[in-house]
Amino acid sequence: MSVTQMENTTPEPHPRKTYLNEGNTIGSWLLTKDHKRIAIMFLISISLMFIVGGWAATMIRAELVEPQGHLMSHETYNKMFSMHGIVMIFFFLIPSIPAVLGNFMVPIMIGARDLAFPRLNLISWYLYIIGAGISLAAMLSGGVDTGWTFYTPYSSVYSNTHVTMTIVGIFIAGFSSIFTGINFIVTIHKMRAPGLTWFRLPLFVWAIYATSIIFLLGTPVIAITLALVVLERTLHLGIFNPAYGGDPILFQNLFWFYSHPAVYIMILPSMGVVSEIIPCFARKKIFGYNFIAFSSLAIALFGFLVWGHHMFVSGQSVYSGMIFSLLSFLIAVPSAVKVFNWTATMYKGRISFDAPMLYALGFIGLFTMGGLTGLYLASLTADVDLHDTYFVVAHFHYIMVGGAIMGFMGGMHFWWPKITGRMYPERWAKIAAVITFFGFNFTFFPQFILGYMGMPRRYHWYPPEFQTLNILSSIGAAVLAFGYIIPAIYFIWSLKKGPKAPQNPWRATGLEWEEVPSPPPTHNFARLPIVEREAYDYEWMDGRDDSLGAASVTGGKGDG
Amino acid sequence: MSSQLVQPMEEYLWEQYEDRKQQDESYLVGMWTFLSTEIMFFGALFISYAVYRYKYPEAFYAGHEYMNVALGTINTAVLLTSSLTMALAVHFAQKRKRWMQIGMLVITMFLAFGFLGIKFVEYGDKFREHLVPGYNFEWNQANVNRLEASTAPINIIPSLKAGSLPADSAISHDAQMYFIIYFAMTGLHAIHVIIGILIMMVFIGMLVANHPSVRYHMPMEMLGLYWHFVDIVWIFLYPLLYLIPR
Ligand code: HEM
Ligand SMILES: [Cu+2]
Repeated sequence: MSVTQMENTTPEPHPRKTYLNEGNTIGSWLLTKDHKRIAIMFLISISLMFIVGGWAATMIRAELVEPQGHLMSHETYNKMFSMHGIVMIFFFLIPSIPAVLGNFMVPIMIGARDLAFPRLNLISWYLYIIGAGISLAAMLSGGVDTGWTFYTPYSSVYSNTHVTMTIVGIFIAGFSSIFTGINFIVTIHKMRAPGLTWFRLPLFVWAIYATSIIFLLGTPVIAITLALVVLERTLHLGIFNPAYGGDPILFQNLFWFYSHPAVYIMILPSMGVVSEIIPCFARKKIFGYNFIAFSSLAIALFGFLVWGHHMFVSGQSVYSGMIFSLLSFLIAVPSAVKVFNWTATMYKGRISFDAPMLYALGFIGLFTMGGLTGLYLASLTADVDLHDTYFVVAHFHYIMVGGAIMGFMGGMHFWWPKITGRMYPERWAKIAAVITFFGFNFTFFPQFILGYMGMPRRYHWYPPEFQTLNILSSIGAAVLAFGYIIPAIYFIWSLKKGPKAPQNPWRATGLEWEEVPSPPPTHNFARLPIVEREAYDYEWMDGRDDSLGAASVTGGKGDG
Repeated sequence: MSSQLVQPMEEYLWEQYEDRKQQDESYLVGMWTFLSTEIMFFGALFISYAVYRYKYPEAFYAGHEYMNVALGTINTAVLLTSSLTMALAVHFAQKRKRWMQIGMLVITMFLAFGFLGIKFVEYGDKFREHLVPGYNFEWNQANVNRLEASTAPINIIPSLKAGSLPADSAISHDAQMYFIIYFAMTGLHAIHVIIGILIMMVFIGMLVANHPSVRYHMPMEMLGLYWHFVDIVWIFLYPLLYLIPR
């Protein structure tokens, strides 16, 4: 890459202009069109939502310590797990990586000054805030007890909780996803730097592209479906109510038509992050670039064909069941391709175990567990037994917490130096990564066994023989909580006290490391870069003996 | 906003883009991606339509008998004409004939208002005929009204072919489903028309003021695309709702 920034090697007399110090007023943040600032605003908002969702999870696990817990009533328990699911899925996981890391990184990674539609990007954030605010208000002013799935006719006729208001919030936040998706698709199509062909793109960009496709094609369907639920509820229509000739299975079909692809909204970006981290910390070119890129697209497209596996016991036709089962097995193939390729990348690599790498490795292990148990559930006969038990709960937590959030944390550590210009404390980060991994397994592995033994999900009273495993799970959850609290503390600490980050602390490839100082200036590039090499050319990076590498070696030790 | 432009006004280039070509293409890709989302919005309703029509063919047939085919057809013509004038507006924008562009936009807007007006009349009939689900839906009452109307000297409601309707409550729920779908689909479509009208108003205002951002034809082309999409949706709605064959 042609431009080399020398300014990082010598200490600067004046603070360099960055996106962070260009305007410090509240207005300069709330009205910004800079993708980097919007990413930061998303980071803060989704973190707050994570705290809300995490608090609900804590209450759930506390209640489940006893077979007949008396921490809360049945109604409260229902509201608690509904709030947990709704907040975590719609307001944390779905926007997490795309709106934070994607927003920040994609334009820089492809050599653009911003996203294609910066104002739309800002509108996305406002829609998210309004949506989250409304849903949160609904949940705090009495709550909703339908679960995150809003199955009809319970949600549309019988539940007398704040269903309407919650749905309105989710509906509005849906537009935030759609606009983010449009922005990414246009940006990736049209704003790549000269020389940056599709097959030189970092795999994270491919993953975000695939995710955006799901945003675009899936979100409108759930939006209309939930709007119909609200109509049914407020006007007492019978769209999904069998008493009026409505079809609840239609609701389930429409719901899962979005919500299965939505699980890939949550996991694909994490897979993208892992594809960045693994080659960097194995110092090797990624194995099978094309396979990983296309498997992202394959997942996005095939993900729309398997929704029926959530409805095996709903009364859908046996033949649908068989076809959906078969297709669900097929969708595991592109995911497995990725796992094999990451593993092959590490083979004979020079691996170093920095915190991002620990998270990436954790991701691979836990995602594999989640994926394999997905295959159990995709088998018709097994699912008749396992449906609506803790086995399903364990399955999707292995993927969404063990996979998606591990990837998010890995990405946060990997790019933290770039985003903030500060290093986080490596030793603490390693400790946190390990705690997260073990805490996670303690929490959710027992749930596989519980589910297999027949403990149903969404009940807070259970037979006493399940207590030991439940206690284990709750203890694990407490450990897991530390895995998240510790990074929260040192990230905030590092903002002021962390050593100044060099431009490329990991000696990683990619425009964001090679061309842009940490933290980046407002318009990212002084001069637009010209890309001349494939992605992940670590042989070249390691052979290179210039300021960039040197700065990295000393910089890591800290000069701030 | 115009302070953000880095080129002379004729060029109209936002700072995140390298050149006009990139900007133009981004606008177009953006609009098409948006329209693909829109297709899925309506798609969910089309699927619901298909499911319920398959389930309740008689009720859908009975329900559609209450559609005012004459008004529906006129509305189709109105909307198609508005697409033509919109296309002309885009054409004049490219040719930079501002006043012609304004003229065409004004006509398009009036046609859009006309469409809404006729829709309003149709909705009004449904209210009077007790055919609004969730508000006053009474299938039997509707049928009685209908029979009376068909013998009245001036026939506002399309005439009832004797004996063609199962005028009992057996299919009442199912017929209500037809009207739910009818209102949901035409309602969502009408919302799109209203949004289109609002954008046209802003456009006309900016054009009259000769605002720099509309001296450039791309925004106009995007509005055109949007309007044609709204039109196409109606092309599907019209036969599905008004022309259900026996
Ligand atoms: C390897 C491919 C996968 C397969 C074959 C698979 C299969 C399944 C099946 C069959 C179910 C339904 C179980 C039941 O309700 O009885 C299920 C539930 C679920 N899966 Fe997966 N899955 C896969 C990947 C994923 C991914 C990547 C995620 C998320 C990032 C995910 C999240 C979920 C969630 C959230 C549920 C439960 C939804 C609910 O009922 O609340 N799955 N999975
Ligand atoms: Cu699924």
